[in-house]
Amino acid sequence: MKLNLSPERIAVIIFVVAIAAAPFVIQNNYQIFMLTLIGLYTMLTVGLSLVMGYAGQASLGHATFYGMGAYITALLSARLGVPSWAALLAAGVLSALIGYVLGVPIFRLRGHYLAMATLGLNVIFVLIMKNEVAVTGGPSGFTDIPPLSIGGFVFDSDVKLYMLVWAATLAVMAHALNIVNSRVGRALRAIHTSEVAAESLGVDANSFKLKVFALGAGYAGIAGGLYAQAIHFISPSSFDILVSIELVTMAAIGGLASIWGSIFGAATVVLLAQFIRDKLAEGLGLTGELEIIVFGFLLAIIMVLLPEGLTTGGLRLFREWKARGKL
Amino acid sequence: MPSSEQLAQLILSGITQGSIYALIALGFVTIYNVTGVINFSQGEFAVIGAFVAITLSQKVLLWHGQMTASLEWPLPVAALIGVTTAVVIGALLYRLGIQPSRNASPLSQIVVTIGASIALRGVVLLVWGTDPYRLTPFTEGPPFEFFGAILTRQSVWVMGLTVVFVVSLFLFFKYTLIGKALRASSANPGAARLMGINPRQMGLIAFALSAGLSALAGIVVSPVTFTTFDRGLMLSLKGFVAMIMGGLTDPVGAVVGGLILGVVESLAAGLISSGYRDAFTFAILVIVLLVRLGGFIKGRKGEALERAGL
Amino acid sequence: MSDVILEAKGIQKSFGGVMAVAGVSLMIRRKEIFALIGPNGAGKTTMFNLISGAHSLDEGEVIFDGKPVHGKPSYHIAAMGLIRTFQNLQIFGTMTVLENVMVGSHLRGKSGFLSAGFRLPGVAAEEKRVRDHAMEMLKLVGMESRANDLAPSLPFGQQRLVEIARALAASPKLLMLDEPAAGLTRPEIRILDDLISRIRENGVTVLLVEHDMNLVMGIADRMAVLQYGSKIAEGTPAEMQANQDVIGAYLGVDWEMDKPFARTV
Repeated sequence: MKLNLSPERIAVIIFVVAIAAAPFVIQNNYQIFMLTLIGLYTMLTVGLSLVMGYAGQASLGHATFYGMGAYITALLSARLGVPSWAALLAAGVLSALIGYVLGVPIFRLRGHYLAMATLGLNVIFVLIMKNEVAVTGGPSGFTDIPPLSIGGFVFDSDVKLYMLVWAATLAVMAHALNIVNSRVGRALRAIHTSEVAAESLGVDANSFKLKVFALGAGYAGIAGGLYAQAIHFISPSSFDILVSIELVTMAAIGGLASIWGSIFGAATVVLLAQFIRDKLAEGLGLTGELEIIVFGFLLAIIMVLLPEGLTTGGLRLFREWKARGKL
Repeated sequence: MPSSEQLAQLILSGITQGSIYALIALGFVTIYNVTGVINFSQGEFAVIGAFVAITLSQKVLLWHGQMTASLEWPLPVAALIGVTTAVVIGALLYRLGIQPSRNASPLSQIVVTIGASIALRGVVLLVWGTDPYRLTPFTEGPPFEFFGAILTRQSVWVMGLTVVFVVSLFLFFKYTLIGKALRASSANPGAARLMGINPRQMGLIAFALSAGLSALAGIVVSPVTFTTFDRGLMLSLKGFVAMIMGGLTDPVGAVVGGLILGVVESLAAGLISSGYRDAFTFAILVIVLLVRLGGFIKGRKGEALERAGL
Repeated sequence: MSDVILEAKGIQKSFGGVMAVAGVSLMIRRKEIFALIGPNGAGKTTMFNLISGAHSLDEGEVIFDGKPVHGKPSYHIAAMGLIRTFQNLQIFGTMTVLENVMVGSHLRGKSGFLSAGFRLPGVAAEEKRVRDHAMEMLKLVGMESRANDLAPSLPFGQQRLVEIARALAASPKLLMLDEPAAGLTRPEIRILDDLISRIRENGVTVLLVEHDMNLVMGIADRMAVLQYGSKIAEGTPAEMQANQDVIGAYLGVDWEMDKPFARTV
């Protein structure tokens, strides 16, 4: 086996090592938890990036599948006694399946209508979770969700959860990168740019849209299951459309068609939110709401100036300036 | 089995709510027709208009109770300023958010308006907090009785003013120069441009007009249903549903859609389940979208071809 | 195997009350170069769209390679070997030239979400095959040197060639070119002319819509003329040049009928 040590490969290896080493270097449990959260959001953003960035389909209700994964895991493991690892797997698989099935009517729509349908889906989902109190615990939430345990090894500490989540996140990223750099990835990008031309070359656009949507839903479902097993408590408001918009912001910042950018987007939003909450808000004597305003503006500004997202757009600008000799 | 009085009550409150949806939907249609953008923040203007009017006409606690507004100006003045505020913000949104991004994909532009709606909602939350507020009813007095149902005076105001606004808008579009220019711009932007009509000006006016319309709606309905900082989102979504029901570009259809939506929602919430009230709207949305647009596959390919310029 | 590769019978299509194509019938034989000409708005591109499945027919039948294709989705028809290009160039602007052509090879591969995602055996080999085939297609059109450039960075005429390479990568039995010479310079049109001949020599039937009469008269075996959605004449280029109806349809358009395109430069 030849060792291909290109600069990119080395960077990836360093990155993975850094991720693995982080919890031992950063001894602070809260910060480790923050990093775990970034991992979860990265997983969500990767799926969104595939659907919105590569395939070019609106998905403003991605949190729906995050919530689905969480509730499926909770119901299966806490109510029906299903082993936690099976509940987690089921969360991913079922979310993907439901995503596919829901996609069939949804993808008969285009543009604005598609966007609104995905939003509507999110609203309906949250409402159902809030109303079916007997099953889901209603607005006060679902408690006592058991942590993941595999063969007796229980993921119940901050460090263990961090490792679990980031292992899953890296696996998801690898999977997504494989897809992007394949026949499937090209087909998705072709559909995004010119669906008509893609179809003229034999690409069954509708099938691809459904499958990529299902894939994104599957990734989100896994993230939701992990979230449920990490926090042991979930409530409908953690999966409403504001979260979906947050995810879109992450994707926008990270570069809509960039898998690696998803980490950057997720990290930026999580850290920015924390910064605003802790430093600015305290300083100005406010609580909580400031970050919403900032994200709203941020999202709007990014879309106006760099519609393809911050990192992708930034990279493009960088290349252009370089070509023009400005750098 | 619901009594006829119950039904009458539900229908009347449905028409009252529906009037607001109708006005917001009109704003959506105006903006869409002139600029091709779906302004997701349409509902926020209703909230802003109402809150500004409330703040200027009552004693109100702001900034987490750190500030008290006790101007207590007369209602018409407060309402006017409320509407003006919304108009200014709407114009700014167009100028700073929509105009610069006019070459981006429609999805990007929707996301811009989504970002704006979140930011506006955040500002509202910041200034006024989570408490519900209510504008004082325009006229005092006992409610009327109508077919066994109770019709508050404010509800009459809502319905009456909605009629006035819709008719005024109709006259504006039909008979004034600007109104005609707006119609020209939406019917045939290219030709309108050749006639000397500036599309950017038209976009600005469309946004300002729609924001003002939403603000009026918010002010008029505030005495009936309390206003909270997060009402905007639902109003936007419901206005959008009404717009689609009416056929996306048809203002009359939007008004009718809004009224029907209000009534259906009210009946469903009253007779079936009130917790799922908002879900009914979305179920309607999804059904309407699929029925109207989920036609033949070939038909939509044709659409795709047209968009590709073939 | 019959001599006829494409048969369109009684094609009719209207858009909102405007009759775009009114009862047009065509018969294309294998390995011939057939041209569809006519004034603007005659319905030529609409015919393309109808045949390739992009629009649905109101009336009529399309039989490709012996099988009916009317009513089938366009990706299905493409899989059967009917590939088309676009009048206004539908190049994939976010991809390189090579990637564009590789999309053309989409039908040659079968790796999907699962096999590609998990990098199952065979995917890498398939990628290489597809990449090599795409390079071959680029060589056919002479664009192999620009393989790794971003497609929109090429001048228009070269993008046109890339689009044709992409179509060829899909191994068409029938290649439909929609105004391939539009926007091309004279030297580029000569390259195009040569390319189309070579394509036919490789066993591919070519149906083209074109306005450039010099190109068409020189290269087509047979032609049909459309006007206002109807076919007004059909035959060899020589027959078309002599046909009064055809001349009448083009009255006012300045083209030199008595100076046939010189194939040797």
